[in-house]
Amino acid sequence: MSEPVRFHFDVAGENFVSAGEASAAVKKLLRQLGMDPAVIRRVSIAMYEGEINMVIHANGGTADILVYADRIVIVLEDHGPGIPNVGLAMQEGYSTAAENVRALGFGAGMGLPNMKRYTDSMDIETAVGVGTKITMEVRL
Amino acid sequence: MKIKELRDALNLRVLSEGDTEREISGGYCGDLLSFVMGRCPADSVWVTIMNNVNVLAVASLADAAAVILAEDTEPDEAVLAKARAEGLNLYTSPMTAFELCGRLYDLLA
Ligand SMILES: Nc1ncnc2c1ncn2[C@@H]1O[C@H](COP(=O)(O)OP(=O)(O)OP(=O)(O)O)[C@@H](O)[C@H]1O
Ligand SMILES: [Mg+2]
Repeated sequence: MSEPVRFHFDVAGENFVSAGEASAAVKKLLRQLGMDPAVIRRVSIAMYEGEINMVIHANGGTADILVYADRIVIVLEDHGPGIPNVGLAMQEGYSTAAENVRALGFGAGMGLPNMKRYTDSMDIETAVGVGTKITMEVRL
Repeated sequence: MKIKELRDALNLRVLSEGDTEREISGGYCGDLLSFVMGRCPADSVWVTIMNNVNVLAVASLADAAAVILAEDTEPDEAVLAKARAEGLNLYTSPMTAFELCGRLYDLLA
């Protein structure tokens, strides 16, 4: 298997103006690689939701995108509070978002379900007080 | 129907424009961003009253063809500047979201 094309981004916490910039940059890069627009859209949506979650819930983190010949892998890692109950967090409508971010339109509790829906696989490693690592894959 | 035809049919006020030849596939209405991300089909017109900068990111990442802000909502200058730089089709109208969606539905049906 040949080496993947890699992109790395640092995502700042609690900054709702720069939130989404990494996802926007990835979308542009995937376009430049000539990827299928439907694939780009799925990757963009899944990554944006994960990026926003790191901004809102985890005080920032990192995003790594690996483009292989047959798949795109998105790895989002933070050192935030972790997710105590992943099953609950995955339910549509479950959200712990604070009032100030709800006023911006976040907090529907649909981000993690969207990430699952728009990718072919999604794995969550999380520990309370340590952080969260989410790995998603979109097959080409 | 093309974006420019929709703009003229609904008499929308232009805040920012890019590709107005783009074909519209459908529509979606909502203010909760993750609902829009999950449910707004590509090439749709998105009707909302939200006017913060995150609307631009969602519209672009979900491949919305245009955003219509209901009830004469307008974003601040920084958001407008960003929308223009990105070439987003962004409009505003005095109509409520209900009226806008009703008209849009008729036009696309
Ligand atoms: N990276 C993270 N670190 C800590 N907790 C998280 C993280 N991501 C999600 N969560 C928890 O999981 C919950 C559900 O996340 P989800 O993205 O589905 O909804 P939301 O972010 O609250 O709202 P929405 O995404 O619809 O704007 C969050 O409210 C939060 O409690
Ligand atoms: Mg979320």
